[in-house]
Amino acid sequence: MILQVKDLITRFYSVDGVVYALNGVNFALNAGETLAVVGESGSGKSVTMMSLLGLIPQPPGKIEGGQAFLFENDKPQDLLKLSERQVRRVRGGQIGFIFQDPISSLNPTMTIGKQIAESMIEHLSLSQSDARKRTVDLLKEVGIADADRRFDSYPHEFSGGMRQRVMIAIAVACQPRIVIADEPTTALDVTVQAQIIELIQRLQKQLGIAVIWITHDLAVVASMADRVLVMYGGTVVEDALVEDLFDNPQHPYTIGLLKAIPGATGLGEERLESIEGSPPDLLRELTSCPFAPRCQFVFDQCWAKLPPLISVTKHHRAACFYDVENEIPRKEVEHG
Amino acid sequence: MADNNVLVRVKNLKKFFPIKQGVIFNRQTIQVKAVNDVSFEIKQGETLSLVGESGCGKSTTGRAVLQLHKPTSGQVLYEDQDLTTLSEGELRALRPKIQMIFQDSIASLNPRHSVRKIIGEPLVIHNVGTAKTIHNRVVELMELVGLNPKWMKRFPHEFSGGQRQRINIARALALNPSFVVCDEPISALDVSIQAQVVNLLKDLQQQLGLTYLFIAHDLSMVQYLSDRVAVMYLGKVMELADKRTLFSDPLHPYTQSLMSAVPLPQPKLERKRKRIILQGEVPSPSNAPSGCVFHTRCPLAIDRCTTDVPEYRQIHLGHSVACHLVDDQQSSIIPTRLNSK
Repeated sequence: MILQVKDLITRFYSVDGVVYALNGVNFALNAGETLAVVGESGSGKSVTMMSLLGLIPQPPGKIEGGQAFLFENDKPQDLLKLSERQVRRVRGGQIGFIFQDPISSLNPTMTIGKQIAESMIEHLSLSQSDARKRTVDLLKEVGIADADRRFDSYPHEFSGGMRQRVMIAIAVACQPRIVIADEPTTALDVTVQAQIIELIQRLQKQLGIAVIWITHDLAVVASMADRVLVMYGGTVVEDALVEDLFDNPQHPYTIGLLKAIPGATGLGEERLESIEGSPPDLLRELTSCPFAPRCQFVFDQCWAKLPPLISVTKHHRAACFYDVENEIPRKEVEHG
Repeated sequence: MADNNVLVRVKNLKKFFPIKQGVIFNRQTIQVKAVNDVSFEIKQGETLSLVGESGCGKSTTGRAVLQLHKPTSGQVLYEDQDLTTLSEGELRALRPKIQMIFQDSIASLNPRHSVRKIIGEPLVIHNVGTAKTIHNRVVELMELVGLNPKWMKRFPHEFSGGQRQRINIARALALNPSFVVCDEPISALDVSIQAQVVNLLKDLQQQLGLTYLFIAHDLSMVQYLSDRVAVMYLGKVMELADKRTLFSDPLHPYTQSLMSAVPLPQPKLERKRKRIILQGEVPSPSNAPSGCVFHTRCPLAIDRCTTDVPEYRQIHLGHSVACHLVDDQQSSIIPTRLNSK
C-alpha cells in the first residue's frame, strides 16, 4: 500500500449554500496497480484527487476532515497536513498528474521542452543541459517524432493527442510513484484514445508506477484497470477488482450503471435499462444513502444513516445495506 | 427507379468552406472539403447513423442535409423534392417535417425563455392553432418526452442536462416532423442519463414513425440504436452497411481499426483482445491526402492508394465500401490480413 485515504470530507462554501462535495471518501492504493475511479459528473472523483494534491482553491473550498497517508519506506506522511512548500515537493515529484484538457494545463507562452525540463530542474536538481537531454529522451519515449527539434515547439503547434503525450511526459518526468490521470482520453477520438491508453500502460510497466485513472467510461475501465472504485454523491459506493465488479456488482448503482451501457452483456440488441431520476443534489448534507431516492431496493435502514463500506469478499466492498443477490439485508461488518 | 420506401436521398453532396487570407486582397487560398461527395439513402422509419472521428464531416453532412449549410453541390431529395433548389420560403414551409436535435442542450435553448415558450415557439412561428391549443400541445409534448408539465414556467438553467435534452426533443417534435437529424444528442450526458435519452428516442421513433439521421462518435450507442451505419473519414463515406454486417464483418481497414479501438465493457474479453492501433491522427481536412484519404494511416496501404481515389461501390446488397483492397469477389480477404498483423 502506498496511499491510504480515510474519511476525506471536502466542502465548498458557495453563494448558493454549502456544496457537500465529498462525504467521507475511503480507499487505498497499492504499488504498481491501476485503480480506476468511475462516477458521473458531481460524484466527487476529481475533487478527491485535487484534495490530495492541495489543488482545492481555499476559499471557497475547505477540507474539513480525514487523512491521506502517502507511505514512503513504510513511513506514513499525511498529505493533508503538509505545508504549501511540502505539498509542492510531492506534487510533480512523487505524484504526477495528467489532466483531461491538455491545452489549458500547458503554458501557451512556454516551449514544451522547457515545461518538461522545469519540473526536473525543480524536483531532481538537474542542470539545464542534463534536463534538456533527459527531456529529449522522454519526448522520444512518449512517441513524439523529431524530439530534438520539437523541444522548442509551443503547445499550439501540437495536435490534441500530441499535447496529451507531452502532459504524460511531464507527469512521469520525475519518476513518480503515483500518476493521477483525470479523464486523460475523454477529449480525444477513439483511435487516439487507444494510442494514449497503450502509452500509459507501457510507461506504467516500465517505470513501476501506480496509476489512478479517473473516468466515466466503463468500457475504458474494463480495458485497463486492476481495481475499480465506483463513486456516487461524494462517497465510494463500491470497491472491487475489475472482474468482480463486472461479473458480480453489489451496489444497486453499479448494477444499474452496467445495465445502462450497451455492449456489457452481448450484442446490444436488448433494451437498455436506465436508472430513473437524477444525480443527487450536493447542496444538501448527506445523512442517508445518496442513492436511496433512485434505488429500487430501498428500505427503511437506507434513510436512517449513510451506509459504510461493507465487505462482501476479501477484495470487494460495497456501501449498501441490502444484499441484492440474496435479497436480504446485509450484515454490517465494517472493514478497516 | 424510385424506391417508395426511401424518405431522404442524398446524392454526391459536397460542402466546401473557403479559407480567406490577407487583409487587402482577401484571396481565397484553400478550401476545406468538409463533405466531399457523399451519397446515401434513408428509408422511411429507419435510423441511419453517421459515425467518425472529429473533423470527419459528420455534423456538416447533417447540417447540409437540412440546408442549415448551403451545400456546394449535390442533391438532397426529401420525398423526391430537391431541397437544394428550394427558395427560403419553400424551405420554411417544409421545415415542420424536417427537424434537428442539437448536441449542446444549453446552447440551443434560449436562457431567457420559459420552457413553455421554447416548446411552443415552432407552433407560433408556423401559425398552428390558438393560444389555448398551443398550451395543450405543450402539455402533451412535455408528457410525451417525460417532463412534468408543471415545470413549463421554468427556465432552461433550472433543468439538468438530461432534462434539457428532453426539452430539445420536445421542441423538435412540436410540429410532427417525419425526419429528425440528431447531432450527437447524448454525448454530453452522463452514462445513466444517456440510456434514458436513447430509450426515449427509440420509443418516440416507434410511436410516431420517425426517421432519424443519427450523428455520433460513440460506436457502442450507435450499435444499439441504428439500423444502418455509415462510417465517415475526412469528408467521405468509407463504408456503409446494415448494423449487424458492419459490426460483425467490417471490410474497410478504417472501419476495422475504429471498431478495434473501441474498448468493450467486458474485462475478460479485453485482456485477450488484440488491438489494431492506428498511428498518428486525422490529417487536416484543408490539406487532405491524395488518392484514398485514409492511406496515410492505413496499415495495408499499397502504392495505388496514394494516387487513385477508390470508388465507393456496392460489394454485397446494401454494403458499400470505398477501398482498393476490397476485392469485389473475395471480399473477406481484408479482415484476415489485418487481424493477423
